[in-house]
Amino acid sequence: MSFIDKFIYIFVEKGWYKMMLGGLKNTVIITLIALAIGVAIGTVIAVIKYFSDSNVIVRVLGWVCDIYVTVVRGVLVVVLLLIFFFIIFATSRNGVMVAALTFGINSGAYMAELIRSGLNAVPNGQMEAGRSLGLSKLQTMRKIILPQAIRYILPAIGNELIALLKETSVAGYVAVIDLTRAGNLVRNNTYDAIVPLTLVAAVYLVMVILLTWLLKLFERMLSNDKRRKS
Amino acid sequence: MINVVNLEKHFGKNQVLRGINTEINKGDVVCVIGPSGSGKSTFLRCLNMLEKPTGGQIIFEGDDLTDKHIDLNAHRQKMGMVFQQFNLFPHMTILGNLTAAPVMLKKMTKAQAQEKALELLTRVGLADRAKDYPGQLSGGQQQRVAIVRALCMEPDVMLFDEPTSALDPEMVGEVLDVMKELAREGMTMVVVTHEMGFAREVSNRVLFLDEGVIAEEGTPDEIFNHPQSERLQSFLAKVL
Repeated sequence: MSFIDKFIYIFVEKGWYKMMLGGLKNTVIITLIALAIGVAIGTVIAVIKYFSDSNVIVRVLGWVCDIYVTVVRGVLVVVLLLIFFFIIFATSRNGVMVAALTFGINSGAYMAELIRSGLNAVPNGQMEAGRSLGLSKLQTMRKIILPQAIRYILPAIGNELIALLKETSVAGYVAVIDLTRAGNLVRNNTYDAIVPLTLVAAVYLVMVILLTWLLKLFERMLSNDKRRKS
Repeated sequence: MINVVNLEKHFGKNQVLRGINTEINKGDVVCVIGPSGSGKSTFLRCLNMLEKPTGGQIIFEGDDLTDKHIDLNAHRQKMGMVFQQFNLFPHMTILGNLTAAPVMLKKMTKAQAQEKALELLTRVGLADRAKDYPGQLSGGQQQRVAIVRALCMEPDVMLFDEPTSALDPEMVGEVLDVMKELAREGMTMVVVTHEMGFAREVSNRVLFLDEGVIAEEGTPDEIFNHPQSERLQSFLAKVL
């Protein structure tokens, strides 16, 4: 049998395409939810750190954030996933959500640094101008600093998204059927390694190429913007 | 209007302001001159607490701004500030720059703020640039917009931090003209400047800062034509 015949036999005739689609769906869901959680956590931490020299409460919060970032970056994501699945959420049956939460919390630590460097790239005079008009710190952050920082942050978040997408393949460790695990299960059941694993690789590759292309398009849009600082 | 009492500012071990006492009254146009590093800008930035004083008090309209429990944002709404680097918001149109704060702080409705902004823009000759972004304007135009942005909050006093120092020489005049007109209308102004001509012509009082203290103060005539201290004399000899 040729590769194409085998492909049709396994996925169409034997119906394994359903498992692959399910795996792809889980991979996408985990990635997107993790991205949302990561951006949310990252933004909160970055803003706290940005203001960390303003008063005692913010400074203490800053220390808490430091601990979070250190722990999460120090513990590898597979171990983090195992801890979440088998200890913290041991009673949960929703592996996909536990995985999404784990990757989100993991990614938040990295996002925090990306977003913080974006905030710091906005000249200090912008904060001063906002404050001198009577805007509060948070008002200035929301309307003046963040909208400008986004142009520095988005490309970095895009890269993080690609890393995140690939990282979710370790979700298979905890009985979640993501794209990688689906391919591996098909291999197990059909005694054919080449076809399902090639397909898995191809799907990841296409997704990454697509994301990269979107990212480039986006960056070009940002750099053609007439609002660019002169 | 503003009472400065024994104002001190340290940056680490470096003491920049060493006890400044002065009073800014309603309608005053006070120019602050002095050699670089004398603390002029720091003094001005302490007036609206962009720089936190390490000693002394700033009494603005009866309230001590150095008091920890004071609502600084409310007071800053009444103190306009113009920066050396303009600091316009590059992601907003000119009109957006002018209306952002009044609308966000619920001082005016959007329509009111736009009307006010256009009226002021017309007066500085930039009404036709309302839809442009700051990056499309020249430095002098940007600084005029920055002045209008502060005026849109209807402040009681305007603080200028070397407003013409970052401009090409041919653009200095257009910005000074706007400031002169403001002064003529009776706006209370504190201006840190290297423009001795402006100080001489427009101000009613000049503060000469040197090494963190007011080394000499007086009317422009006293400061420029009859300087008393040796430090002021040698400073003027260098800049005039």
